[in-house]
Amino acid sequence: MRRMSGFNIVSLTFGLAFLYLPMLILVIYSFNASKLVTVWAGFSTRWYGELLRNEAFLDAALVTLKVGVISSTLATVLGTMAAFLLVRLGRFSGRTLFSGMIYAPLVMPDVITGLALLLLFIGIDMDRGVTTIVLAHTTFAMCYVSVVVSSRLSSFDTSLEEAALDLGCTPWSAFRLVTLPIIAPAVISGWLLAFTLSLDDLVIASFTAGPSSTTLPMKIFSAVRLGVSPEINALSTLMIGVVAFGVVIFSILSKRNTALKLQEERDAVDGRT
Amino acid sequence: MPQTVFAPWENPDEKPLIQFRNVTKKFGDFTAIANLDLDIYAQEFFALLGPSGCGKTTLMRMLAGFEMPTSGKILLGGEDIAAVPPNKRPVNMMFQSYALFPHLSVWDNVAFGLKREGRDKSEIETRVSDMIRLTRLEKFARRKPHQLSGGQRQRVALARSLAKAPKLLLLDEPLGALDRKLREETQFELMDIQEKTGTTFVIVTHDQEEAMTVASRVAVMDEGRLVQVSTPDRIYENPNSVYVADFIGDVNIIEGSANQTGDKVLVNWAEGHSPLVATTAAVLQKDQTCYLAIRPEKIAITAEQPDAANVVQGEILDIGYLGNISTYHVKLPSGHVIKAQSANTRRIARRSFTWEDKVWLSWSDTAAILLER
Repeated sequence: MRRMSGFNIVSLTFGLAFLYLPMLILVIYSFNASKLVTVWAGFSTRWYGELLRNEAFLDAALVTLKVGVISSTLATVLGTMAAFLLVRLGRFSGRTLFSGMIYAPLVMPDVITGLALLLLFIGIDMDRGVTTIVLAHTTFAMCYVSVVVSSRLSSFDTSLEEAALDLGCTPWSAFRLVTLPIIAPAVISGWLLAFTLSLDDLVIASFTAGPSSTTLPMKIFSAVRLGVSPEINALSTLMIGVVAFGVVIFSILSKRNTALKLQEERDAVDGRT
Repeated sequence: MPQTVFAPWENPDEKPLIQFRNVTKKFGDFTAIANLDLDIYAQEFFALLGPSGCGKTTLMRMLAGFEMPTSGKILLGGEDIAAVPPNKRPVNMMFQSYALFPHLSVWDNVAFGLKREGRDKSEIETRVSDMIRLTRLEKFARRKPHQLSGGQRQRVALARSLAKAPKLLLLDEPLGALDRKLREETQFELMDIQEKTGTTFVIVTHDQEEAMTVASRVAVMDEGRLVQVSTPDRIYENPNSVYVADFIGDVNIIEGSANQTGDKVLVNWAEGHSPLVATTAAVLQKDQTCYLAIRPEKIAITAEQPDAANVVQGEILDIGYLGNISTYHVKLPSGHVIKAQSANTRRIARRSFTWEDKVWLSWSDTAAILLER
C-alpha cells in the first residue's frame, strides 16, 4: 500500500471528523450518568434502562418497526415487479415515461411527497395511522428497490430462464427456482435499503401519521423540542446501531452482487471465444 | 454383405418426426424465415448450416417453442405444436451459452428437469447418475458451474438436456466455446451419444466442418431459405448452386457460357482459351451463363503438360503450406486465380514447385461440377 502524505492524513481526519464527530458525541453522552446533557458525570448505562421503561418510546419503536418491515416488503415486491417490466419488456410505448416516473420520487423533496400523500389521504377520506405511513413509505422506497434490482436484472442472462422453461418449468416456477435465487442478493439489499429509509424518515411520516401512530423519529423530534434528554441520546445511539447494521449488510451484499456480475461477464466472454 | 444404410429420407413410407409446412417468421419488417418446408426424421443427426443471420437459430427456437411462426405449421410426430408452450414439448435444448444454473451443483442442474416432472426420488437418482456417467462427469457432480472448465460445462449442458430423454434434442452452436482439439473430440463424442441414446439431434452451426463431421444430413441456409438439404457427401460433391459450393469447403468458380452436346458441355470461359469440358445431367441452352465449380484437391499440378480433358497453364502466385497439404494459387494469363491442392508426400525441402514457376493445371471432365446459378 502507498504511504499517505501529510496532507492526505489531515484531509482524511477532517473529513471523517466532520461526518462522525457529532454522532460520536451523541454516543458518548448517551453513557453519561448525569441528567444534564452537557455535563459529563461518569459512565453509566442508566439511560438505556430508563428508555426500556418509557412506554411512549417503546410504542413508537414498535410502530416504526412495523411500518419498516411492512413497507419495505411491499416496496420490494412492487419495485422488483417494476424493475422486471423495465428491463425485460424492451421497448414498449411509454417506456421512457414510465422509467422516468419511477425514478422521479428519488429526487422529489420529501415535503412535497408528504404533502401530496396527505392531500390524497384526505381526499379519499382515509383515516391516518399506521396504514397511511406504510403506504407512503412503500411509495418512495419502491423506487430505490427498483433501481437496485434493475441494475442486477440488466446483466441477467435470459437464456437461463429459457433453459428452465425448456426443462419443464412454468413461467412462475422458472422465476421462483431460477431467476429469484440468482437475483436474491439484489432483492435483499433492496429490502434493506427500503427498511433503513423507512426507519430514517421523519418528514413524510409526519405528514401522513395520525394521532395514534407516532414513529420513533417523530417522537425524538417532538421530545427534543422540549429539551434534549439523555434518554434521547440513548435512543438515537440504538437507532444509529440499527441503521449502521443495515448499511453494512447492504454494502456487503452489493459487493457480492458486483463480484457475481463480474464473474458472469467473464463467463460470457469465455463462452464467446 | 449388404448393409442397411440409415437413410429414412429416401423411404417414401417413412413418417418424418418434424415437418415444417410453409413456415414464415417475421420480426417486424424483417423476414427471418421465408415460406420454408422441411422434414426431419427420427434418429437423424440434422445440421442447420449457414452464416449468422440466415435464420437457422430462429428455426431452432421455433422448435423449442421460444418463437411462434408468423404463418405455416410445425408438426412434431404429426401434431401441430404451435399452441404447445416450451415446458410441455418433448423437446430439449442445449444453449449456446450453456445456460447452466449458477446456484445449483452439476448434479442438481442435471436433475432439474426430472424434478419438474415430479418423478420419484430413486428414479431421478438413477437417471441423473446415468447421465453423469455418460458424459463422464462423476468427479464433478458436487461442483458448481463456475468451478468447471469450458469443456466440462459443455458436458453438463448436454447431460442436462438429455436427462429428460427428449424426442428431439436441439443444439445451438454447442461447441463454439471449445478450442479446436477439444471440439473435434467432442464432435465424435456427440455422435457416439446420439447413437447410444437414439435421440434425434438438430444442431445449429456456422462451422461447415462440424456439420460435415457429425450430421446425417445438412441443410444449407441463406437469408431465411433452405438452399440445399442433403447428405454431407452430396452437399460437397454435388452442390446445387454456387452459394452452397462456395460455403462448403474450398472451391474454384469459373464463369462461362455453355455449349452442350449430349452430356458433355463445353464452357467458353476466356477469350483465346480453348473451352473447358464438364459432364452434366442437366439440359442447358446454347450460350447460357453457367459456372464451373472445381474443388482444389481435384486439380493436379504438374511441371510438364499432362494429357487430360482440361489443361491450363499458369504461374504460381502463392503457396499455402498446411503441413499435410499445400495449396497453390496459380494465376492464369486470363487473370483467373485457381487454387490447386496437393498432398505433401515429400519433405518440404524437396518440393517440386516454388513461387513464380510456370506450371500446368489439369482436371478430368467429371471433376468439375456444372452449376446454373
